Amino acid sequence: MSINVISVDNLTFCYNGLEVISNISFAVKKGDYLGIAGPNGSGKSTLIKNILGILRPQKGAVDIFGQPLTSFHQWNRIGYLPQRISALNNHFPSTVEEIVQLGMKKRNPIALKRTLEMMGIAHLAARLIGELSYGEQQRTMLARTLISQPDLLIFDEPTTALDPETRDIFYTLTDEMNRTSGTTIVLVTHDTGVIGKYACNLLYLDKKIIFSGTFEDFCASPDMTGFFGPISQHMICHQHDNSGSSI
Amino acid sequence: MGLIDILNYEFVQRAIVAGMLIAAVSSILGVFLVLRRFSLIGDGLAHITFGSVAIVMLIGVSPAYITLAALPLVMLSSLAILKLTHSQRIHGDAAIGIVSSIGIATGIILASLSGGYNLDLFSYLFGNILTVTQTELWLSFIVFLTVVATVIIFYNDLFAITFDEELAQTMGVKTKRINVILFLLTAVAAVLAMKVAGIMLVSAMLILPPLTALQLSVSFRMTILAAACFSTLSVICGIILAFLLNLPAGGTIVIFNIGFLLLIFGAKKILPFQR
Repeated sequence: MSINVISVDNLTFCYNGLEVISNISFAVKKGDYLGIAGPNGSGKSTLIKNILGILRPQKGAVDIFGQPLTSFHQWNRIGYLPQRISALNNHFPSTVEEIVQLGMKKRNPIALKRTLEMMGIAHLAARLIGELSYGEQQRTMLARTLISQPDLLIFDEPTTALDPETRDIFYTLTDEMNRTSGTTIVLVTHDTGVIGKYACNLLYLDKKIIFSGTFEDFCASPDMTGFFGPISQHMICHQHDNSGSSI
Repeated sequence: MGLIDILNYEFVQRAIVAGMLIAAVSSILGVFLVLRRFSLIGDGLAHITFGSVAIVMLIGVSPAYITLAALPLVMLSSLAILKLTHSQRIHGDAAIGIVSSIGIATGIILASLSGGYNLDLFSYLFGNILTVTQTELWLSFIVFLTVVATVIIFYNDLFAITFDEELAQTMGVKTKRINVILFLLTAVAAVLAMKVAGIMLVSAMLILPPLTALQLSVSFRMTILAAACFSTLSVICGIILAFLLNLPAGGTIVIFNIGFLLLIFGAKKILPFQR
């Protein structure tokens, strides 16, 4: 029996007494590609922060790689890309190379060069992060996440500021990592239609789990038709049908 | 009197060496503090140092050991600031304000109650590096080695936590431990910087050299090195000029720090610094 990479059991988290996520339970198996979608303020990022131990839940438990979060130490097996980075301002004195290097325990120039090239930022290696555009900063952060080739990748709205070409590269890359290396991926997005094309499972949140299953089930679900209305559901499920690879 | 003559005085040599060590320590730690928006912690801890010095003077500690005796209280206060900051109900600047007020209020009350040592106590407000004792020189050397070793050993963790504390946490960095180390070392640096620049100017030692280094727009590692260079250079120039013109050393050192900041700032405006 394979161990769940992530196991969330009855998780409830409150900000100032207000429930932001309520009684959430789900599991992610090795090699899964889970998309977590939902509207703004639905608790997606809060859920991720609880899974990573940044926030402590009021109720419930999280296990990572079969270990309770409180005793988990193998953080090098996880790559996390947050929605926002506090230091990404014009004055932070750090080069792209220094930031990408941060993703590795030991210095590895070959891996560094390969990752910078893969993300198309090799020419920016010596530039300060604050001098770059938001899209280039995001590519740098992606490179930091991917450089150590972790077993579990957690992305929180990773493609918000990326141009269509880089977004394509990102989704193709993560899809390839998932299929060829068996990397487990959890990706948070507000764009259900996009993630539905790649993720093998979809979790739709609105403070609690509204839907859990495949994208096909999501599109065929009468409950979801009732929740979104037939037109919105159709748009979510078919908006990217004719967009080719450019998402 | 020539430069060589000045440097022949043993107390000047001691002052320059101790000053350089303390300046390097303050500026290295300052880089992390400034980037994490804890710039005013120097002010807060300086005020606490004032209160602590008042207490140890009241107890009757020998003047040679006052700096050493004031340390534990200042270190505890820095941990209190850290604890308050992480309580999520109080912002970092407010936490510094609370602890700072306690320190200065305690100092003023104790000074007024025991009148006898007012002059000695108020001499700490302005500092005098030229009176640095052998004990303080050794303490500066030990603290310098500790800070340099800590930054080398925990460089990745310190960099990660400065870049983004939440992200650092998900990388397995023991953020609480690193914060405690950083704040304790800052407390020690603040007490030592009091001797160089005086309580009124401790924060200048922590803030100005990192700010100057940040104007250079270089990598993180180079920013730390540049900050240490600017601060030590300010100490050397400041002490020599203060001795030559009979000026207070603390103020002169800080004026040099400001001079370097303005110089780099101005040069950046005039010269095309394109990377």
